[in-house]
Amino acid sequence: MTAATRPASAAPFAVVASRLRADEKRVLEAFERRGLPYEFVDSRALWRELQQSGTPWSFVLNREIGQARALYAARALEAAGATVVNPARAVDVCGDKYRTSVALRDAGLPTPRTALALTPEAALDALEAIGYPAVVKPLTGSWGRLVSKLPDREVAETVMEYIAALPSPVSHIVYVQELVPKPDRDIRVVVVGDEALGATYRSSADWRTNVARGAETRRCPLTPELAKLAVTAAQCVHAEIAGVDLVEDTDGDLLVLEVNHGVEFSGFQRAVGPEVPVADRIVDHLIARSQSCFE
Amino acid sequence: MVICPECESSVALAEPPKVNEIIECGDCSSELEVLTVDPLQVALAPDVEEDWGE
Repeated sequence: MTAATRPASAAPFAVVASRLRADEKRVLEAFERRGLPYEFVDSRALWRELQQSGTPWSFVLNREIGQARALYAARALEAAGATVVNPARAVDVCGDKYRTSVALRDAGLPTPRTALALTPEAALDALEAIGYPAVVKPLTGSWGRLVSKLPDREVAETVMEYIAALPSPVSHIVYVQELVPKPDRDIRVVVVGDEALGATYRSSADWRTNVARGAETRRCPLTPELAKLAVTAAQCVHAEIAGVDLVEDTDGDLLVLEVNHGVEFSGFQRAVGPEVPVADRIVDHLIARSQSCFE
Repeated sequence: MVICPECESSVALAEPPKVNEIIECGDCSSELEVLTVDPLQVALAPDVEEDWGE
């Protein structure tokens, strides 16, 4: 039975994903521990007819790993009347590093000096203004993929030649950021609802401290300042569930780097331990959202 | 127990599998996706795409 023909009496909750990783399994197990009916929906089989009103599920947890599919899954299900967590507007903003930076700035949050250049040639001028060493990142992407550290103009010119040779026009839009001098670590805060659940340091020999690149995680004290920054960052991009990445500069001041709408929390969970059960908190949040809608 | 479609090694599953679950072959490290659980069938998981991530 497809998403378009499933009866409206089906489970009120759905989890949409194409890959059932450890994180998604934890969420499904949290549903099952509560005896809460849910439906797992493979996003690769999902389609919705625009003229069809109603949706098989009232509340959808969007765990699709692909940015394009995550965004359009959220849009299609919201158009059909479902409440999607995270909402499409959060997926939209978080999936674009520049739009995220604009939202962080507009919220008054500390964030690294950033420029957007519309061509690789213009990026060289932006880099001169920002100063070396600097970082360029693809507008869309994760896990530190294609994020490049530029120590000087010579390297920058070479990287810009490669960027100019990429086939997609959007690849030629260059996101430039100062390289924040930091300890060999960054900070990940997981936010669910309006609460920061905890924080971890992510350390690596690589300058990119992504867990997907092998960074190690350990517990970080969740100070009130850190929690407030993270919750505000999640709110300013409309994310109800988020992984907020921050760095400390040499003065110890915190800067918000980005907000992830499809937070991967296995490393976080190992570091913070079972007293902060992320999957359970996610399911609790969905339940609370459903209760608030019916009040 | 399933056979890895890449290296033909036997892959043991510790728990009852779920459809769409990703498992790893202990011998060749290929990622496998559970297609069905009854009967248990797996296939090589899709390659990572450019826009995958958090």
